[in-house]
Amino acid sequence: MSPKLRKFLEFCKDFSSNKVALVAFFIFLLILFVAIFAPLVSPTDPYDLNTVSIMNSRLPPFSEDFSGNYFLLGTDGAGRDMVSAIFYGLRVSLGVGVLSGIFALIIGSFFGISAAFFGGRYESIIMRIVDIQLSFPSILVALIILAAFGKGIEKTIIALILVQWAYYARTARSSALVEINKEYVDAARCLAFGNTRIMFKHILPNCMAPLIVVGTLQTAHAISLEATLSFLGLGLPITEPSLGLLIGNGFEYMYSGDFWISIFPGVALLITVASINLVGDHLRDMFNPRLH
Amino acid sequence: MTSFICTRLAQSILVLFIMSLLVFGGVNLVGDPVEMLINPEADQAEVERVIRELGLDRPVTEQYWYFLVNAFKGDLGSSFIFGEPALKLIIQRMPATLELALFSLFISLIIAIPLGIYAGYNPDSKASKVIMAGSIFGFSMPTFWVGIIFIMIFAVQLGWLPSTGRGEIGTFMGINSSLFTLNGLSHVFLPALNLALFKISSVIRLTRAGTREIILQDYITFARSKGISEKRVVLIHVLKNILIPIVTVVGLEFGSLIAFSTVTETVFAWPGMGKLIIDSIYNLDRPVIVAYLMIIVTFFVFLNLIVDIIYTFLDPRVRIKGDHQ
Repeated sequence: MSPKLRKFLEFCKDFSSNKVALVAFFIFLLILFVAIFAPLVSPTDPYDLNTVSIMNSRLPPFSEDFSGNYFLLGTDGAGRDMVSAIFYGLRVSLGVGVLSGIFALIIGSFFGISAAFFGGRYESIIMRIVDIQLSFPSILVALIILAAFGKGIEKTIIALILVQWAYYARTARSSALVEINKEYVDAARCLAFGNTRIMFKHILPNCMAPLIVVGTLQTAHAISLEATLSFLGLGLPITEPSLGLLIGNGFEYMYSGDFWISIFPGVALLITVASINLVGDHLRDMFNPRLH
Repeated sequence: MTSFICTRLAQSILVLFIMSLLVFGGVNLVGDPVEMLINPEADQAEVERVIRELGLDRPVTEQYWYFLVNAFKGDLGSSFIFGEPALKLIIQRMPATLELALFSLFISLIIAIPLGIYAGYNPDSKASKVIMAGSIFGFSMPTFWVGIIFIMIFAVQLGWLPSTGRGEIGTFMGINSSLFTLNGLSHVFLPALNLALFKISSVIRLTRAGTREIILQDYITFARSKGISEKRVVLIHVLKNILIPIVTVVGLEFGSLIAFSTVTETVFAWPGMGKLIIDSIYNLDRPVIVAYLMIIVTFFVFLNLIVDIIYTFLDPRVRIKGDHQ
């Protein structure tokens, strides 16, 4: 057995020691599957105007229409099947959350590691910017960006990247500072490797554990923040119906007692965010040397 | 020390300047307010008159310069929609936001501190595990969605509490607030509880961690060995010592409550600053957007400045580091 595989199996065993986190992880995999294959697993295409009928609008859960279509979670104001709308919504929400998380991870770890590597004035400027940004609540940063530049999918992603990058930068810098003093970095320097190679081929892989922990927790946060912004009408446009937008659409029917249009997308959002948070929480405990 | 404060002050002003550039530049790229504001039936002359009146015909750089000069005079422009000074509109709505934030801070402390102490005192009990799992869910739950559920349960289904507006406003010692009337209190309760949720989760975790540390201290052992009842140990010794860090952290994070109140205010139609900004964004009411963002950023920049200065008094290590820079 190769050492890498053994290490991986050890990690799996370690991870499974917490049953709650394990269950959360499988729930998340299921959600991910549904999101990726939404067009295949959805009962109907909620945005195909040929199949959606306004006659079916606001049917309660467990109802059937005249042609025998079954709506497990009811329909929304336009007659769309809620199950399908939620599956498609998950796709958008997860897509935006994960995409912004990846970009923020790349940008944040670039600045974090380079700050630790070069030090001096460059480091203090970068870290001062990080400090200043972290002193503003995330929703405020996103609100400023979207209020100033308007809504839209790419602006929402930019806002979410801006909200998150500072966390990655801080984490990357603090773990890079520890790594830089280790012998393998000295060895790489003696071999006259370029700075870029040392930073990203040698130091970065050794900083990944804390970055992954921050990554899971931040992605959960980004998904939730995107939903909030879309609900407020600042995030994604109506053409990209994320879970937040679905909840917002259902809000107007709340007062007439049609609870399912808002509640079920919210439950989907809650399960998604909570499962990622539970996995992240457990990963943090696993990587935290103080708890061992 | 003085140099530390000066650096920080200069930095704050720089942040404000960059923000003004960003906010003003950004807002001017969004949409066309002329189309939004002028009656479509107005003739050309009327359209031109309004454009001139609002200063929309000037070059953007000139508009920005006027904006900066006027901002220093406290004049952040007039709302396109209300026709009133933007600053005045925001200040009028500030008390509603502050009252909501304060009340929810109160609720979160009342709920979270006892739960946190319990969970820290009996870390292995079933109830503590439920509390801690609940706090993870509290973090995960989207505030706006919980607000919708509150409205559905308590306002629509049960009809116990109103779900929109601020209610009757009472006056006490010259302060107008809906906290002073029963009707007002019934209006503030749901939004405040909603806003308190994420704070409750974090205060529970903070209190639990603090309690677990404190009960290992010698003075707790000493108090117990004196024969003081456990109830007294918890209520006097643990509670007193835990309050200091909690009040500090929560007080310092008060700004985040104000930022998050934007969401709650929109859900509950609470007439505060947050609802005003969302409505203004929706209506492309540029002066109000710019004024709100400038005011909130100024507020946060100075809040952070004050926090930094207080920290240097409390923690000498920060002071020494600051002097070296």
